[in-house]
This record gives sequence, structure tokens and C-alpha cells, in this order.
Amino acid sequence: MKIAIIGGGVIGSLLAYELSHYEVNIVLIEKNHDFGLGVTKANSAIVHGGYDDPPGSLRAELCYKGNQLYEELAEKLKIPLKRTGSFVVARNCKEDLEKLEELLSRGEKNGVKGIEVVGRDFLEKYEPYLSEEFEYALHCPHTGITEPWMVAITAVKEAEKSGAELVRGDAVVGGEVSEGKVKYLQLKSGRKIEADIIINAAGLYYHEVANIFGVPTPQVYLRKGQYILLDHKASEMVKHIIFPLPSEKGKGKLVVPTIDGGVLLGPTSENLPEFTPEDVSTTLEGIKEVIIAGNELVPGIAKPNWIIKSFAGLRPETQKKDFFIENSDRVRNFVTVGAIRSPGLTAAPSIARYVIEEILERRMSINLTKRVSDKKSVPDSFRVKESDLDEIAAKIRNDEKYGRIICQCNQVSEAEIIKAIHEGARSIDGVKFRTRAGFGRCQGGFCTWKIAKILARELKIQLSEVRLNEEGTALFNGKVRV
Amino acid sequence: MIEHLETDVLVIGGGAAGMAAALSASRAGVRVTLLEREKKTGGVLNQCIHHGFGLQFYQQELTGPEFAFRLQSEMNEHSVKVISESYVRHINTKSKYVEVISPEGVFTIQAKAIVLSTGARERPFGALQIPGDRPAGIYVAGLAQRMVNLENTLPGRRALILGSGDIGLIMARRLTLEGMEVLGVVERLPYAGGLTRNVVQCLEDYDIPLYLSHTVVEVRGNKRLEKVLVSEVDENFTPISGTQKWFNVDTLILSAGLIPQVEDLGENLEIDAINRGFAVSNTCETNVPGIFAAGNNVAVFDLVDYVAAEGWIAGQNASKIVKDQKRESKRIPVIRGKNVGVLVPTYITPEEHLRIYIRLKKPMDKGTVIIKKLGIEKPFNYGVPSEMINFVVNRDKLQELKGPVKIEVIE
Repeated sequence: MKIAIIGGGVIGSLLAYELSHYEVNIVLIEKNHDFGLGVTKANSAIVHGGYDDPPGSLRAELCYKGNQLYEELAEKLKIPLKRTGSFVVARNCKEDLEKLEELLSRGEKNGVKGIEVVGRDFLEKYEPYLSEEFEYALHCPHTGITEPWMVAITAVKEAEKSGAELVRGDAVVGGEVSEGKVKYLQLKSGRKIEADIIINAAGLYYHEVANIFGVPTPQVYLRKGQYILLDHKASEMVKHIIFPLPSEKGKGKLVVPTIDGGVLLGPTSENLPEFTPEDVSTTLEGIKEVIIAGNELVPGIAKPNWIIKSFAGLRPETQKKDFFIENSDRVRNFVTVGAIRSPGLTAAPSIARYVIEEILERRMSINLTKRVSDKKSVPDSFRVKESDLDEIAAKIRNDEKYGRIICQCNQVSEAEIIKAIHEGARSIDGVKFRTRAGFGRCQGGFCTWKIAKILARELKIQLSEVRLNEEGTALFNGKVRV
Repeated sequence: MIEHLETDVLVIGGGAAGMAAALSASRAGVRVTLLEREKKTGGVLNQCIHHGFGLQFYQQELTGPEFAFRLQSEMNEHSVKVISESYVRHINTKSKYVEVISPEGVFTIQAKAIVLSTGARERPFGALQIPGDRPAGIYVAGLAQRMVNLENTLPGRRALILGSGDIGLIMARRLTLEGMEVLGVVERLPYAGGLTRNVVQCLEDYDIPLYLSHTVVEVRGNKRLEKVLVSEVDENFTPISGTQKWFNVDTLILSAGLIPQVEDLGENLEIDAINRGFAVSNTCETNVPGIFAAGNNVAVFDLVDYVAAEGWIAGQNASKIVKDQKRESKRIPVIRGKNVGVLVPTYITPEEHLRIYIRLKKPMDKGTVIIKKLGIEKPFNYGVPSEMINFVVNRDKLQELKGPVKIEVIE
């Protein structure tokens, strides 16, 4: 049995990981040069509590389950997970309090445990900088944060250890369907991949990929979210994730601590009028909106001096606003895991299990046999920043490069960068997402040239071939003097 | 194993301020250890291969690397211990205990006094809140300078420079000399941010336009930067509609201000809100006894000569603590009056000479610096914010000083 997964975002990657526990051959095809760099990269990075999604929806069914599965993932994959807890804040007025009660009862219907409405004293104790306007909040202790791209990157790495084939920098551009089944996938490079089952987890492009094979899927709409990243200093002002009350537009603009110690503000929620999946541009209005909203929740948090980056991400949606996870009647070996909007990151682990248990095993009656558990080595997640001096000293004794700090802001050593490159980072951003080098307050001002030189050395390329991210993003133009 | 070291004066940062501090402390006869994060000391001087440094400190015009080389040679003569490629992970300011990571291993260092000379960093693109795409081809000026001057690599073919700070002006000339086309320097203020001599020598001499009261309002490019939208702005920096113009460039160089590096360097150190650097007295001491700071982490200076001179003073005063010389710890606050922006020092300790550095808030054809309490009136002709007004007050004049001292500039 061979399964081809199209798309190496958090969904495709966790699918590969979960499937690697079964006796199947897996090939994962990612068009970018690294994993988790599409939808997975630019979102709020929240492991949501599960109380917000409409009861009865797939989102509701899979969100809280996903949240709970992160515990195991964090342990097995060594992905960062921090259960910061969250507050959905409300003013002392009838309308707000009704919405808060509604959230609480939705949460209960969704089977979420441990949520409660708290008052001003509680808020003041745990979030003293929160705006005084808010006197009540829904407190959810198990809401957390993670590094979405690292979930994808570590998941595929583990899948690869079990034999999964990873194809990068190559996209599915065609294929052959005969007798109601996909026979093979045609890649951009010319390669053909035959598989028994195709899983379409192409993120923003799920509709396009399905179209190639004549599989009808609901129309995709793109929603843009603009964000601002704040300096580590801002984390002195906020410890939990702070949500405003949700509206029909979504969960609103939040204040979110990030795993590496910064704070994220945003996102906006804008419907793109056309299908423009490459459009991750920011706008003046968007940036302003995010700043205003951040200051409304935590006055003074969006200090101009603390703003170090603005960016935007896109999310695929359908009119129904629910996940679209279906096997096709028309093309019998084709499964689409699409429209994974919020809380897609949270639900990702349970989506992977849902695809296997509900779609493949139950609806498609495929018999999958569990692998006799093969002992995998524990992933190495050593970071200088998170280790104590004795541990670092021991590392340096074996490899001095652990003592050569390249990114000063985030305390990232040369050894960590080299390891990231050997594990698949191919660009400045690739190194950044895997190691956090360049993520800090100087935004690579000091370390970009060092990382560029390490990339050139390790990949045996010229400096002028070093890219910011994808092909066509070379940082340098050539030599000053030959 | 973690090695433990002891030293009298520990200098953190081996740029101009740090090397000068290490040198003066060591000349005063105390043991000095200097921590430098790069392989080589010198800091940003190493990549400033143009000349114009040292006129005051060495009475000689030097290039950046020459200036750094001289300081390093003198440090060698005075046996300053340099630990290169060292990263300071934690400073306990109270006990003067520092944790360091380096390729040689992990160290802890117990010092008797510490001089912080950590310099400044560049304001990153993201801080400018410029909307648009996020393509490759946007560099802070220091990064571009490093790549061109030391790594033999050009950033692109056609460039626009945002911000007229000195490094931006100098890069305009450098890139032009190396064969790139520089379409202009865009400055949102109505006057240049860098030294007048750099405007003349780097732009005017090469016919590079300076767009004052203009800013970048959008960047576009699918993968690599393709074009940049520039707009005229009013006095509140609000873009004026109808004045927008696209520049087709593959490179945008940012020279949009330096930020003193004061974060994560130990608790309880007071910051001067306007300078955005450590609040120090004229002895270069911070509010924590025995912790000194000098150079661009105190305020962004216009000349490296001033930075080195301040470092020198910091080293001297740090060595006095080590030798346990009796010292007054009186700190009289300095108050900014009219037209005074950046101002060093933040406090006056009356037993030392007082060096004053002022950045004006706006350009003036004529003006007078007034310090009523000290009976000082210093007239000047043509002052601009980019060039510091600098003078020394003899300590004899400070002896009777009580209560805050106000410094103002009258037009």
C-alpha cells in the first residue's frame, strides 16, 4: 500500500507522521524547499481551547481533541508547547456577558473541560496590564502556544525515520485518472509517482489540486490576517493569550505570547476578493488596526519601539466555514483535507487521526495494519538558550560550535544552525524557522551575513546563491571584485 | 566543566568605547578582561573602511580599521585579556558576576567593576511599519556595508536608500563606487540625519539626489524587491496625496536610526527615556554602583572619537573603584530645557570634569546653550541635530552644585 500526500504543511506532515505508525509506504510532496512554510507559517500559533467552534461542526469535533493530543506530540516529537492559558475578555454589560455565557455553554457542548468565567480580581492577579475595561473573562487553562512550522518539520523528520519519502521543491502539476482512480501523479520535475491512495493536503491550493483530477470540492475563499511581532520586552506585559469576544468575523485581534519570548498582535480578518494565494502583503490600514486592537486589550503594549516585524498570512475557507475532509465518490482513491482554517493548527493531530480512522479505514474500508513499534531515537531538540550552563559546557566540550553564538538576540549557536542546514534548511528563512536565529529584536541585522556564510559553506554554494527563502529570492548579486 | 575567572574591571563589548575603557583601566594599573562577541575586536569600525575617524582622539585622520587597530595594539601593550567570540548570557549587576558562553567553553567571571560598551543596533525594516510585500532585497545599512566591504558581495544592481543617517549616506557613495546605481536617499525629516560633511562628500559629489520630507510608503516585489513607492510627507510625516512616485529598484537600504543596546544586560539599570540608553553621570557610572556604561549604548554619538573618549573615562572611573579610592557618589540630575534632544550625561558627579553632548531638536542658524546654574552661555553658528554640540565644564565650577541642573538652547 502506497500513500501519496500532497502538501507538507502541518496537516500533510502530521498525516505522514501518523501514517508512519502503519504498514504503508508514504511519499510526501512539498512544493516549497522546506516544510510548514505555507499556511502553517503565518498564523497565531495557538493551540486553541476548543470552546469557540460551533457545536456539531468538524471544527468543534476535532479542536479540543487536537488540543489534548498536543501533549503526546510534544513529548514524542520534542516540539515546543507552552500551556499559557487564555482569557476571552468581556466588559460589564449585558451583551458582553451573554456572549461570554454563550462561549461557556458552547465549550461545554464541545466537551471542553476546565473552562470558567472569572472576574476582575482574578484578571488583575494574572494579567495586571489588561485594560480595566474588562471585568470578566472566560478562562481556559489548557489553551497553549507552539511553533507551527516546527510541528511540521519534526513530524516529517520522524516519518522519514520510518521510511517515508520526502519530496521537496517539486509540485504536483498533473496526473492520470483512469477507471475512477488516480494512476499516477505528475510532478513539475517530470517525475511520476504512482500511489494507491492520494491525500490532498495542499493548503491554499486544495481546490486547484482537486481540479487537476476532476474531484469536486467546495470553492475556496482566502482570508488574510495581518500581524505585528513585538520585542521580547512586551512579554513583561502579558502572560496569557488575550482574546476579545468573538464576532461573526472570527476570533478577533488577539495578544499572543510567542514560544521564543515575543508577543504577536493580530490578526486582521480580510476576505480577498480573488484567489491570490501569493498575496501576503500588508497594508497601512491593517497594521494600524492591529496596533489599535492590541492597545485596547493591553494598553501600551504596541509601543512603537517594540514593533520589530509586520507580516500577513492566508487561510483557506469555504462558504460553510468548516473543514472539508472527504474521500471522493468520483475518484475513489482521492481524499481531500481542505479548508483548514482556524483552528486548523490545533486540530491538526486529530485531523490526521480522523483521516486515518474515519476516512481511510471506515469510509473507504482500507485495512491498515499497525506497525510493530520500532524504536525511534528521541529527537534532539537541544537549544543553547533553553539549557543550563553545565549542559552547554558539556556540549561545547564535544563541539566548540555550540559555544559560538551566532544570533545574539535569541542565543542561537553555530552548531544549531549547522544541524538545521543538515536537516533541511536551505535558506536564511529556513534557518530562521528551525533555529529562531534572526527572529529577535535586531531581525537579522547582525547575524544574516554569518548565517549566509554558514549556508554557503555547508551547502557548498556561492554567497550569491544564498536565498532569503524560495527560488528567486537571492540576497546578493555577485562579487564586488573578482 | 565551568571555568571561573576573576578580574578587576570587566569590559563588555570590544568596539571603540570598550577598547578605550579597557586601555585606560589597564593603564591605571588594574587587571582588565574584555569580552568581545566577534572573532576580532573593533566592532563596527572594522567595516567602516572609509576615513574620517580619529581626528580628535588621535589627532590624525584614520579609517575605521586603522582606528580599531591602534586601540587593539595599545591594548596588547598593556596586556588586556581579550576573550573573543564570547556571548554574555547573564550579568548580576549587584554582585558583578557574569556568565559567558564561548567556543572555548563556559565561563563565570567575578569582577570588581563592569563597563558596558555594547553599542547600538540598527532599526529593522519591520519597525518602520512599511506596508507591502516582504521580498528579498531589503537590508539594514550595516549589513549591506559588511557584505560589500568585508565579504566581497554586492546586494543588488539598483538601490534606494531610506534614511539619511551617516551609514546610509556612506553606503550611497560606496555602492556607487562599486558599480551599483543609487537612485536617491529618502529622508522624512526636512533636514539630513547624518553629518553635513557626509551629505557633501557622499551625495553631492556623486550627484545622488537627497529627497527631504519624503518617505517610503510601500514596497513591492514578488520574490526579490521590484519597486518602492516614495511619497512626500507633511510636518507630521503624513504622506501628501498626489506626490507618490515609484522607484524601480531591486535593493532598499535602511539607515533609519540606531538603537542603543541596553536590553537583557542585567536588572535595575536606569534608562534615559530620550537617549534610550543607559542613564550615566559624567563619570560614566550607571545608577548601580560599579557598573559603568559608555558609547552608543548610552546615546547614539555622531563621532567615534567621542565614543572612545567616553570609554576612556569609564575605564578610568572603573579602575578607581577597584583601587577603592574614596569617591563621592553624589548624582545631580541634568534636566533638558528647550530645544535639547539627546543629552549626555543624565547626572553630574561634581568631582569630575563635565563633558556635555547635546543634539538639537531642530536645525538652527544661530543659538546659545545656556546653563544658568553654572553661569554658562555658549553661542554657536549653524547647529543641526545630526552634529552634537560638545564642550567641557571644569570640575572646579561644579563644586558648589546643588539640586538639578537645567540645560537649554535658545535660538
